[in-house]
Amino acid sequence: MSDEAHHATDGAAHGTLRDYLIGFGLSVVLTAIPFWLVMERPLAAGPTSVLIVGFAVVQILVHMVYFLHMNGRSEGGWTMIALIFTLVVVAIAMTGSLWVMYHLNANMMPMPHELRSVP
Amino acid sequence: MTNDSMTTQMPAPRFYDLEEHEHPEGGSTMLGFWIYLMSDCLIFAVLFACFAVLGGNYAAGPSPRDLFDLPLVAVNTAMLLFSSITYGFAMLAMQAGRSGLVRFWLAITAVFGLAFLSIEIHEFAGMIAIGATPQRSAFLSAFFTLVGTHGLHVTFGLVWILTMIVQVGRRGLIAANQRRLMCLSLFWHFLDIIWIGVFTFVYLMGMLR
Repeated sequence: MSDEAHHATDGAAHGTLRDYLIGFGLSVVLTAIPFWLVMERPLAAGPTSVLIVGFAVVQILVHMVYFLHMNGRSEGGWTMIALIFTLVVVAIAMTGSLWVMYHLNANMMPMPHELRSVP
Repeated sequence: MTNDSMTTQMPAPRFYDLEEHEHPEGGSTMLGFWIYLMSDCLIFAVLFACFAVLGGNYAAGPSPRDLFDLPLVAVNTAMLLFSSITYGFAMLAMQAGRSGLVRFWLAITAVFGLAFLSIEIHEFAGMIAIGATPQRSAFLSAFFTLVGTHGLHVTFGLVWILTMIVQVGRRGLIAANQRRLMCLSLFWHFLDIIWIGVFTFVYLMGMLR
């Protein structure tokens, strides 16, 4: 491999056919089960939603490992640092928004139609 | 102040390297593109948070149950997943140095991507036809913004794929094209990851509300 070509492909790991096929197979299963759970509804809404979120998280991890070939070593670890930083900000944005907005709803002044039910 | 006193007050000499070091072309492209993807991730996080807050505000309008067609969403998900694996095959062909095969798999990926977009546009058109426009409720505003932004990314990804088919055809698998294909690979798989969030939180959770 020439020096230039080496630099061009440096930093990102390569996948193998086996990686892609494993990732694809897992993704099909991890997509099919949540769709089946919601379309056939074998469980109540609560457990179903917990399960489908679980399947989504696992599938995202599968994609990262088998399709994006992520590891802690590429670019001297900087891609992993950037990812962790992003996940922290995403977590703050998501939980913060939901927390604040649901509490705002709860603390909002009652609307006229709700006042009728206030004793 | 004499020149002599100045030199005695001076601390140990410092040297500044004003010459630019030579960086190999494209040496930092992959990290830079990754940082871009992470910032894109933040855009989607904000849109997801927006949808999570507003997703239940139907304003007496249609709810997810009235609008979403899960079998169609499942087909759409399959299209994007197929396009992910065919892009993987294009990357494997690139590693093997077979430019014709790279273009073949890129074309197949583009077909799946186009199928995804067509189904999504068909879905949007059906919703708008029955009056479920973005103006109808906060839920629909958030829905169209989130899913539409993802669709827009797929559209630009398609433009990029078509560009790369032409580029690889003209220049072959030169180092610059390999770099571009690897960036596009990150972009395309990233869009599939975002779609996992969309079908789970928007469509499946919407049907459970």
